[in-house]
Amino acid sequence: MKTQEKIKYKATSNACKLCSPLGASFVFRGIERSIPLLHGSQGCSTYIRRYLISHFNEPVDIACSNFTEETAVFGGGANLKLAVENIIKQYNPELIGIATTCLSETIGEDVPMILREYNKEKFGENFPEIVSVSTPSFSGTHIDGFHGAVRAVVDSIAVKKKISTKQINIFPGMLSPADLRHLKEIVSDFSTDYVILPDYSETFDGPLWTEYQEIPEGGTKIEKIASMGDAVASIEFGKILAGEESAGKMLESQFNVPCHSLGIPIGINETDAFLKALETITGKPVPEKYIQERGRLIDAYADGHKYVFDARAVVYGEEDLVTGLASFLSEVGIIPIICASGGESGLLRQKILDIIPDAENIGIRIIEGADFVEIGEEAKKINPDFFIGNSKGYRIAREMKKPLIRVGFPIHDRLGGARIIHVGYRGAQQLFDIISNTIITTRQDTSPVGYTYM
Amino acid sequence: MTNIPILKEREKQIYHKGEGVFDLTCDTKSLAGSVSQRACVFCGSRVVLYPIADALHLIHGPIGCASYTWDIRGALSSGPELHRMSFSTDLRERDIIFGGEKKLYASLVQLIDTYRPNAAFVYCTCIIGIIGDDVDSVCKRVTEEKGIPVLPVHSEGFKGTKKDGYKAACESLSMLVGTGSIENIGKYAINIMGEFNIAGEAWTIKEYYENMGIEVVSVFTGDGRVENIKRSHGASLNVVQCSGSILRLAQIMEEKYGIPYIRVSYFGIEDMSKALYDVAAHFKDNIGIMKKTKEIVKNEIDAIYPDLVRYKKALSGKKAAIYVGGAFKAFSMIKALRSLGIDVVLAGSQTGNKDDYEVLRNMCDEGTVILDDANPLELSKYCIEKSADLFVGGVKERPIAYKLGIGFCDHNHERKISLAGYSGMINLAKEVYSSVLSPVWQFAPKKHNAEMMK
Repeated sequence: MKTQEKIKYKATSNACKLCSPLGASFVFRGIERSIPLLHGSQGCSTYIRRYLISHFNEPVDIACSNFTEETAVFGGGANLKLAVENIIKQYNPELIGIATTCLSETIGEDVPMILREYNKEKFGENFPEIVSVSTPSFSGTHIDGFHGAVRAVVDSIAVKKKISTKQINIFPGMLSPADLRHLKEIVSDFSTDYVILPDYSETFDGPLWTEYQEIPEGGTKIEKIASMGDAVASIEFGKILAGEESAGKMLESQFNVPCHSLGIPIGINETDAFLKALETITGKPVPEKYIQERGRLIDAYADGHKYVFDARAVVYGEEDLVTGLASFLSEVGIIPIICASGGESGLLRQKILDIIPDAENIGIRIIEGADFVEIGEEAKKINPDFFIGNSKGYRIAREMKKPLIRVGFPIHDRLGGARIIHVGYRGAQQLFDIISNTIITTRQDTSPVGYTYM
Repeated sequence: MTNIPILKEREKQIYHKGEGVFDLTCDTKSLAGSVSQRACVFCGSRVVLYPIADALHLIHGPIGCASYTWDIRGALSSGPELHRMSFSTDLRERDIIFGGEKKLYASLVQLIDTYRPNAAFVYCTCIIGIIGDDVDSVCKRVTEEKGIPVLPVHSEGFKGTKKDGYKAACESLSMLVGTGSIENIGKYAINIMGEFNIAGEAWTIKEYYENMGIEVVSVFTGDGRVENIKRSHGASLNVVQCSGSILRLAQIMEEKYGIPYIRVSYFGIEDMSKALYDVAAHFKDNIGIMKKTKEIVKNEIDAIYPDLVRYKKALSGKKAAIYVGGAFKAFSMIKALRSLGIDVVLAGSQTGNKDDYEVLRNMCDEGTVILDDANPLELSKYCIEKSADLFVGGVKERPIAYKLGIGFCDHNHERKISLAGYSGMINLAKEVYSSVLSPVWQFAPKKHNAEMMK
């Protein structure tokens, strides 16, 4: 108990993080004909559904095992099985992704054991795959739930059939549907076979329906996940993730699939690294289209460099997103003066220092385990030029009368969160234009003259 | 018809008016795996207490519940805005093992010192009882040390339904009621209950009452203040809207202080006028009140009538689906939509009881589908089968409507537009008009329309 006494307790005020079952729900939504099932209270699924709906503006069906008082006392096995049966009857899925919650974890539910006899062998070929992941909300954040679910899916489905293939496994992390579409385009342009997991590019950003869809079309095909053990390589985005036992590393250790751990490809430097990895793996040169895109991007950097140089930005969000944005901002001369995340991997400081070695000398504050009250207090000390992150920073930005450039998740106060491209030269181009124009707008609006040329 | 399947267990909670004996099952826990639109006990408590603007709302548990309810309601305040912050004890694994009491204590002390609230509510989430925290005694201790009421809210998510959360909130509120001075409260004084000041609605309603010559002691809980709640037992009538959420408190106040209550609704011309007349009738010894009420009703209706006629002309013959939290709102909506010439083809609620559904059945036209605790599949199925043009619901229902090419009106607690009172009726008409008659639906591949034309 002694160690307990030493801990200095502090409430979290306006959290800069979400709970881990939300991240797992993202992943299960990104598999073809799959539906997420949360093992916990009805509120867990409803709150997460509402949170996702407000960002994506898409129907999001997440089932729940609906704990009651009796369940909490006697265990949730019966409820979980009933939930699985009812999901099959209503949705006829090919995969049910079960994520635990703080409630089921606290009472010590052993989901794999409950489900041991619930499988295809017993119920026949039409019975869905069931994947479960442990996502207690008292440990880690939504991004841990996300990566945990990717790993759990790969762990239970991927095999090595020793088939010769040119397939590349892509583990993009928690990006936007537009990012996923762009990544697929890039990899396709290398004329190679690939599988991307998860792929919610259609399931979270689809057209109106001609016929009712119980589960929206799209998502990673289960047979493609099964073939991951035969891939020639994996590419995994996330420098923080690289410090963990990830899906890519698991495939490397189990099936000898080499894993390329890269930062999220935001900006030229990180996108170059990504394309270089694709060149290395496929043995093919970067397609002309991307050389052109890169050229136009550098041209844009040249046109706008003076407006952004030495501007100071408050950056917040998931640790890997913050790291990626910091890399992009610093390559155009913007100082990510505050780099904050609700995540607590303990790696953020080092990853920022890897990108900006003199970060501490130029006064960059790196805050791990941050909440928005803390970010606000720090921001007020340094008078930044703008904020960049999800829409939850709006309160502080408004208070400080500074622009907020919305990226990442969630974006609850604007349309089009699903359509933002962060990655690749194209993503950098969009980010650079938005940031430059935001700074130009501020100058124009506060100028007594109001120049009509830049 | 659609081929969307309905679970056998759910069939008893669906009724087609005119078909068979009416015996709707309701007031039950949600079925596991059904994907209920309901949330949990915590949600019930949180929505009731949320608008109390000068109180600290501390959510005791892991981070999710606090993140998902940060600034979630459009409940406005004329002064302090502490309710728009999200505070959590953010319990971690070590707290689950060692207990969360110390963290709760430290968080309360820190937050009370920082924000100087007039009271604090501590919401227990799912795991609090399970890890054995004695929240009541921590609250008692902090009450003594800090000199403000610190009230536990026993809102563990799984311990019932959203309705049980309402009760838990009412019980916490009842501990505040009766602790303030009732000096200077006049004879014609009421409490407005179950009005949450979404988009300033409580202000509109309060103004009507004040113009009638009636004093409003406290609003529960819109633009709520601790001081007003403490002295609310000085009112001589409780006027209760939103049947489920605050009725328990009205009952407690009747038992304890002998204050009678009446039930009202402020939505639609008919119910709004009835509310004012019913309150005036209660104070029948003062004929001046009734006289003023008649004037107010006449003036208000005269002011909106020409616009209303215009909207009605445009909307006549359209069909609506209504799915809301409490059944009382559904009653008002049916009447309000009828006054716009719109027929209701689907009506349902998350928390209606037997009596509510009996009323609903009597109000509805033949062929209307009545649903209790519905899920997205059922809502979609009947919207398609009944060819609805409009859906009235909350954020979770919005994308269902849009995917099917149906207009939508947000009537839940996130709305930004006042829909109560006479001015609210015009806003409702505008809202409905701007969605149902939007030209964008010409591009929607509405299958049911196409089929009907065959």
